[in-house]
Amino acid sequence: MIADFGFGVLVVTFLITLYSVGAALYGELGKKPAFVESARRAQLLTFPLITVSALALIYLLVNNDFEIEYVYSVTSRSMPFYLKVTALWGGQPGSLLFWGWLLSAFTSAVTLRKWDRDREFLPWVIIVSSVTLAFFLSMNVFFENPFARMFWNSAGEFTRAMFLPAGGTPVPLQADGRGLNPLLRHPGMIIHPPMLYLGFVSYVIPFAFAIAALVTGRSDDRWIRLTRRWSLWAWLFLSFGLLLGGRWAYDVLGWGGYWGWDPVEIAAFMPWLTGTAFLHSVMIQEKRGMLKQWNMILIILTYSLVIFGTFLTRSGVLSSVHAFAQSAVGPMFFSFIGVTFITSMALLFWRWSELRAETEMKSMLSREALFLLNNLLFISVLIVCFSGVISPLISELATGQKITVGPPFYERANAPLFAILMLLMGIAPLSAWGLTSAENMGRINKPVLGGILAVPVVLFGIFWNQVNTALGGLTITVIVLAVILIILGFIYMFRRAVWQAAVVATLVTALAAFTYTHDIIALTGFFLIALTLAATLREFWRATRARQHTRQENFFTALWRLVGRNRRRYGGYLIHISMMLMAIGILGIEIFQMETQGTLEIGQSLTLGNYNIEYKEVANWDDLPKGVNYTRAVVSVTENGQYLGDLTPRKDYYYDSQQGMTIPGQYSTLKDDLYVLLVDWEPISQTGATLKIYVNPLVNWLWIGGLIFFVGIIIAAWPDKDPALAPVHAAKRVPQTSAAD
Amino acid sequence: MQRSKFLIGGVLILVAVVFLIFTSTSASAQYFMTIDELADEGPAAVGRSLKLSGAVIGDTIQYDPQSLTLTFEVAHVPGDNADIEAQGGLAKVLHDAVVDPNRNRIQVVFVGPKPDLLRDEAQAIMTGKLGEDGIFYAEELLLKCPTKYEEAVPDQAGN
Repeated sequence: MIADFGFGVLVVTFLITLYSVGAALYGELGKKPAFVESARRAQLLTFPLITVSALALIYLLVNNDFEIEYVYSVTSRSMPFYLKVTALWGGQPGSLLFWGWLLSAFTSAVTLRKWDRDREFLPWVIIVSSVTLAFFLSMNVFFENPFARMFWNSAGEFTRAMFLPAGGTPVPLQADGRGLNPLLRHPGMIIHPPMLYLGFVSYVIPFAFAIAALVTGRSDDRWIRLTRRWSLWAWLFLSFGLLLGGRWAYDVLGWGGYWGWDPVEIAAFMPWLTGTAFLHSVMIQEKRGMLKQWNMILIILTYSLVIFGTFLTRSGVLSSVHAFAQSAVGPMFFSFIGVTFITSMALLFWRWSELRAETEMKSMLSREALFLLNNLLFISVLIVCFSGVISPLISELATGQKITVGPPFYERANAPLFAILMLLMGIAPLSAWGLTSAENMGRINKPVLGGILAVPVVLFGIFWNQVNTALGGLTITVIVLAVILIILGFIYMFRRAVWQAAVVATLVTALAAFTYTHDIIALTGFFLIALTLAATLREFWRATRARQHTRQENFFTALWRLVGRNRRRYGGYLIHISMMLMAIGILGIEIFQMETQGTLEIGQSLTLGNYNIEYKEVANWDDLPKGVNYTRAVVSVTENGQYLGDLTPRKDYYYDSQQGMTIPGQYSTLKDDLYVLLVDWEPISQTGATLKIYVNPLVNWLWIGGLIFFVGIIIAAWPDKDPALAPVHAAKRVPQTSAAD
Repeated sequence: MQRSKFLIGGVLILVAVVFLIFTSTSASAQYFMTIDELADEGPAAVGRSLKLSGAVIGDTIQYDPQSLTLTFEVAHVPGDNADIEAQGGLAKVLHDAVVDPNRNRIQVVFVGPKPDLLRDEAQAIMTGKLGEDGIFYAEELLLKCPTKYEEAVPDQAGN
């Protein structure tokens, strides 16, 4: 009954979204504003309706209604209440409904804003968002119905349908469901998918405004200003979804890592790349009136990649730990992406000449040029990721042989690009908008620059054989050398602004080389991190001191007000700092991870790095109300002979889904993470256990960086009390040549 | 002048990216193969980096926790998703593969923790190399249990 009601509401909502598209189109083209208003109200209605439908599904999930196929496949009686609720996104039909629900919340919210100044955008925003919503609802209504019941049809085959098929018989009511995949029974799973989905869905709004701007021919940056906060929130959610996913993998998947370049991870990473590029390049349009076409391309790409990301997870095209089985929705998604992408690009080319830049880029060292470079690098990373994901499809078309690439491909190809991006993060904020000559950075002394660049080349020429063996292969050596040359070149050209930071970075690198590592990639990384951190902190310091001086405030008041008055800029810098902290963690675990394993009797111990773990006991017991069997080992940890405490790595086995799960014991410090896995144990004698241990140096900086990142983006996205005050800040130290602002 | 400078810069970046993609691909490319294809190829496939998919035969799973050595056999399943769908979905294909004694099979050796998902009729996706002894030495082992996801069909025997 509830199921029929939920499905009925879903169908009605689908029809309403179709009406909304039609009414908006008719009202706009036929100059009948009443119809646009009607479309707006129809769109407003979708959120409460889908809410009713989603609540109906949650009701069924919570009440163990195993007549419903979806409920049967993702819940079981023993699951706690909160997991039954989150099972809403534990499978394909439910997560599609959840997607639609979030989207309707956003589209309804956007129709509620004051439209008086931007009335001409309204119908097109409604059309774009309603088309997207209608697409997702149609997936639910026609292919992946979360309310479907289970039947055998006349041929005796299992089918899912709302009503009894002719000649069929209903599947008898099941006593218990199959339960959620244990890997998904983790607090991280409660927020990781919603965060990612929120990120995905929020990008629909800036895209809708971009299309509205294209159709109506408004070539100014109004659409960007209107959606600035939307794109920031979208980026926040997406970034957080990615981070939480990493943390979840680290805690649950038990392979000592956080990111495996799995196609689905990349699918979520790709819109993040274009979204990040977009975040930067819209500033150029706002400040300088340039890159208008480029911004359109970026937002169109982001939208397509958002849908593509959902498609990759859903279609079963690629094998992955995240895979749901493939289903009929694959081709539908593919067609939808194709149609929306081609339509959007066609619109863009139609308006291409109207979106020409208002000013010209004068210098390769101006801020806009560096932002452009940053954009090109993000797109390069995107190209690498995309080519990696589709390599099996492409190679099969080209040669008939499927070729796939693993994590080493992404790491090798992306590392140099990330290195230059890190450098840009430190240097670009020091450059000026609209710079016409290199005066700010000092005149370039060609012989000195040549000398700086020549030294590494000559050194490499002499020692190339040793370098070659150390790095493993000529190509990687050449890549590292190229990155070092580019770094040196940039530092030289910005020497006045970065020389202090470069000195700090050199000292840090030297310290690391003497005490920690001789790995050239790690040292390059540490140098870049230190350089960018020092340069960014110096910006905070310099501006705070200047304010302190002119306003007679104490240091902390000055810092507080400085950040408060320029939230976007200093929020952004804080995000840069957090990225550097994350980079420390990533370098640490990627390059210095250590592992060992062994089978121990009680009282025996295993040593890795400075750590020693002694196996003390293992216990096995059932928790029948929860339907779980636990096996827990206890090991005591000592570091350099000093006792630190006990760890309890676990293996949980879920009876309902017949699946196990390995929970590591972790001992975390800023220096490193000791990560102990219980691999196997002797059930009868209960004396021996096999343990695998990892030491993951510096990895906690990754999570600390994540927290600072959150603070940074909250600062950047915080609503302005008086928007008119916001854009003033840039004018002070900038040689503004146009009135673009 | 300015324009050409930026164009040259853009082209340089593009060349660099293509270079990166190509060198990295050749360094880490893995060839997707099915077990039938591997059997056809014979010794020619020895030593190449391969990605292989097969149905795990439950009875053959052996694990030595002392050396962390896992051995099991996998049976041929089609590599193409369309073929799998045409034959009744992944769960059915895996089941058929395991019960059919005439299918090509291959022995797999993997050193490491025993994955939680390894069991009869799971799909194993392995990367590694074929040894001269005809055993596939997997470096990476990914498992999928279709029964756990969408194709979770109640047992008809319960009727």
